[in-house]
Amino acid sequence: MNPILSFDRVTYSYPNAEEPALDDVSFEVVPGELCLLAGLSGHGKSTLLRAACGLVPHFHGGRFAGAVTLAGMDTRERGPAQLGAVAGALFQDPETQLVTSSVRSELALTLESRGHGAGAVARGVEEVALALGIDGLLDRSVHELSGGEQQRVALGAALAGRPPVILLDEPTSQLDPVAGDELIGLLRRLNQEWETTILLAEHRLERCLAVADRVIAMRRGGIAHDGDPASFLAWAARESPALQTPGAKLFTLAGLQPLPVGVRQARGSLRELGLLAEGDSVEPPAIAPVQRTKPSRSSKPAAALRLRGVWHELRDGPAILRGLDLALHPGETVALMGRNGAGKSTLLRHAAGLLAPTRGRVEKSGRVALLLQNPGDYFVHEHVAEEAAADALAAVGLQSMTERNPRDLSGGERQRLALAIVTGGGDPPAVLALDEPTRGMDRESKAELALELRRRAERGQAVIVATHDPEFAASVAERAILLADGRVIADGPARELLAGGWYFATETARILGGAGGALLPEQGAELLATLTATGVSREQVSLAVPGEPDPRELDTNADVRTIVPGLTR
Amino acid sequence: MFARSRSFFYRRLASPLHAARAGVGATWALTLTAVALMLFHPLVLLALTLAVLGAGYGAGVGHQLVRTLRTAAIVVVPIVAINVLVSRDGLTVFARLGDLGPFGQGNLTVEAAVYGLVIGLKVTLLILVTTLASLAVDPDELLRVFRRMSFRSALTASLATRMIPLLAADSERLAEAQRTRPAGMLTGPRARVALLGAVVGGSLDRAMDVAATLELRGFAAARPPRRSPFSRPAGATDGSHVASRPVRRLWSRHDLAFACSSVAILALGILGRFAGGASFDAYPLVHMPVTLATGALCAALIAVILLPFVDRRGIDP
Repeated sequence: MNPILSFDRVTYSYPNAEEPALDDVSFEVVPGELCLLAGLSGHGKSTLLRAACGLVPHFHGGRFAGAVTLAGMDTRERGPAQLGAVAGALFQDPETQLVTSSVRSELALTLESRGHGAGAVARGVEEVALALGIDGLLDRSVHELSGGEQQRVALGAALAGRPPVILLDEPTSQLDPVAGDELIGLLRRLNQEWETTILLAEHRLERCLAVADRVIAMRRGGIAHDGDPASFLAWAARESPALQTPGAKLFTLAGLQPLPVGVRQARGSLRELGLLAEGDSVEPPAIAPVQRTKPSRSSKPAAALRLRGVWHELRDGPAILRGLDLALHPGETVALMGRNGAGKSTLLRHAAGLLAPTRGRVEKSGRVALLLQNPGDYFVHEHVAEEAAADALAAVGLQSMTERNPRDLSGGERQRLALAIVTGGGDPPAVLALDEPTRGMDRESKAELALELRRRAERGQAVIVATHDPEFAASVAERAILLADGRVIADGPARELLAGGWYFATETARILGGAGGALLPEQGAELLATLTATGVSREQVSLAVPGEPDPRELDTNADVRTIVPGLTR
Repeated sequence: MFARSRSFFYRRLASPLHAARAGVGATWALTLTAVALMLFHPLVLLALTLAVLGAGYGAGVGHQLVRTLRTAAIVVVPIVAINVLVSRDGLTVFARLGDLGPFGQGNLTVEAAVYGLVIGLKVTLLILVTTLASLAVDPDELLRVFRRMSFRSALTASLATRMIPLLAADSERLAEAQRTRPAGMLTGPRARVALLGAVVGGSLDRAMDVAATLELRGFAAARPPRRSPFSRPAGATDGSHVASRPVRRLWSRHDLAFACSSVAILALGILGRFAGGASFDAYPLVHMPVTLATGALCAALIAVILLPFVDRRGIDP
C-alpha cells in the first residue's frame, strides 16, 4: 500500500535555534493507520506534526532539509492551505483553534474557505456534527462550551472537509478523564469506520496505547523507536522508563510478561497467572465507601485553610460553587478532582483571595500561594533572575539558570520557575494551591513536581492540587476531593477514592480492581509480588480494599495476612 | 475552565441591538465612531460616552462596558500626560519645568491638558463603541454579509473584531497571574513596562496560534463560494449554512430603528460639526461655548442613540 504520509531524512531547525528540532527523521504511514507519537517534552513531537501539515517550514520559517510527502504532495511546494485539504489538525488549546462565534459557523468555515457551495456546506456541517455527536451544540456560542465540547468542535472543524489524515497534538491535555476517554474513543471510531489515518502525539500513553496500531518514539528530534505497541513497551522498559505506561511499569516491576498495552490485557494476563479470579471482570470494581474527613479538634492542628459555606454565583449566570465546606491542615496534600466546569479553579481562586464569595467565608492561617494553569502568564522579564528571589530559585533548583530567558525553559522548568515566583518573597505560604499544573507535562517532569510538592508538605505547607490526572494525584496526595457542580461529592483518603472508580482512578488501580488500595505501579508491584509469593487470589484481597493499612507501607517480606487484614487463607 | 473570562465574548442576548441584523448594528456602531471622531466639544463627547454606556446597559452588556471604561483610563492618562509635555501651543501656563535643552522651555499649559483630555475622551469612546459592537453584533453574520465582496477581507475584519474580547480575556488572565505574586514583587515603572511587554507578547502569540489555525483551514487559498443551484435546506433557520445564496430576510422593527438611529446620529453629528453647536478650540486659549444649541445637541444625541432600545418586543434570542 502506498504511504499517505512519508518523511524522508527530514532535518529542521526553528529560526535562531542552535539544535535541530527534527534530526534526520524518516518514516512512512499507510492509509488507515492509527499512529501514536511518544516522547518527552521538547523532543520533536509537535514539530513533526507541524511538518506533516506544512506549517513547518511555511509558517514557522527556519532551516529545512529532506522531504515530507502528504498524499503525494511535497510540503515544500504546497502550503498549509492546500495541505489542509488532506490533513486536518487539532492542537492542545481548543480556544486558539476556534475562530468564529457559533459552532455552526465554526464547522462551516473550512468548507466555505475552500469554496464549497451552500448545499455542500450545509451537508458537511450536518454530517460532521452527527458523526461527532455535537449536533445539539450547533447553535450554541463556542464560548459557552466546556473544554471537552470545545475540543470536539475544533476536531469537527478539522474533519469538516473529510480529510483522510488527522494530526493531533496532545488533544486530551486539557480535558477531564471522561472527556479525554470520549475523545480517544471517537478517534478510534473515525479510524475504524472511515479509515481515517491518525497521527496522535500524547504524553498520557495509557489513554491511547490500546487503540494504536503503531508507536513512534522520539528522542532529541530523532526517531528512537518505531514499532507496534507491544514492542514499544519492551523498548521503553529498557531504554526510556519515563515513557512507560503505569500498567507496563507495574508488570515490569512485578517481573511479569507480556507488558500490557491496556487495562484489559493486563487483567487478562493476571487472570491467566491466577492473580485475578475467573469472572472477576464481570463485576464492576468495588467502589470504596468514602468517608468525609472530620478531623477531631484535639488531634489535628488548626486548619491552614477553611472554607465555610462558600457560594460563588455569577451575575446573570449559574452558581459555580454551592455552599462548599472544606478544611485543609498543615502538611496535608490534597488532590482536587472533577470534570471540567465542576468548580475546581474557582475554589482555588477563592482560597487565594482572587475572588470573594457571594456567600460564606474563607479563613486562612497564612498566605495562600496560587499557581495558575499557564506558567507563562507569570513571566514578564527577560531573565530568570529578575522573576524571583535567589533563595526561591534555589529552592526549586533553578539557581544555575538565572541568565536564561524564562520563555526558553522546558515545560517542567517553567513550572518550577512559576512556583518560585508565587512562593518566593516574604513569608513562606501556609497553603500552596496549584491549578492543573501538569498540563502538557511529560512523566519525568510530573515526577519532579510531585517530589517538590511532597517536600513542601513535609515542611508543613498544606498543598492542594486541582488536576485531571489520577496518576499525578496518586503520586502527590494523601487525600482526594471530588467536586461536581460546585459541591464536594466525595472526600477521603486518596487510596480509597482513586482506587475504586472507572475514570477517577489510576491505571494500576483499574488493573488490580482497587485491590489493597494500590494506586501506583510500585505499590501494585509489591502487592502482586506478595500475592505471587503466597498464592493469594485477588478475590480474597478485595475483601480488604479500603481503609487500612497504607499500601505505601507494604512490606514484601511480611506475611500477607499482616498486609491485607481480613484474608482467611 | 474558569467562567469569568467568557464575559467579553459575543453571546446572543435578549436585546434590541442583538436582535437587529448585524449589518445594521455594525453601521450604527460605525456611525457612532464617525461622530465621535467628528466632534470635539467635551460636553458633547461626554454626552456621547453616557449614551454609549446607556446603550450598553440596553444591550445587556453594561457591566462589561464599565469594566472596559476602567481599562480605557489606563490609555487616557498617558495621552493627557504626553500632550501636556509636548504641546507648546497653549498660553495659560500652570507649571514651568525650565529649559529642557533640545525640547525648548518646559511650560505646561492648561490648553494642552484640556486638549489631551478631549483626545483621551475620543479614544475612550472608540474603545467603548468597539467593545459594544464586539459584544452585541454577531461577527459570523457580519462575515456572511461581506463575504460576497471579499471573503478574506471580511474574515480578517471579523477576526479582528473577535480578537478584541479574546485579547481582553488574555490580559485578564495575565493580570490575575500577577495578582498571585507575593505583595511588592512587581512594582515600579520598569516592572509595569515589562508587564505591558508580556501582554503584547502574549497577544502576538495568540495571534500566531489563530493564524496557524486559519492557514490549515484554507484561509490563504480562500475563494468565493460557488453558487448553489439548490434552494435553502429545510429546517435551516439562521442562514449560517448558506455560503453563496444570501437568504432574503425582512427588515424587523429593530433593523429599522437602528437604521433610523444611524441616520439621525450622523445628521446630528454633521449639524454639530458645521452649524456650530459643538464648536470647540483648545489653542491658543480654550474656547468652549456652552449654549442652548450645545445642550440641545447633547440631549438629541442621547435620545437618538437610546431610543432604539426602548422597544423590546421580539428580542428573544
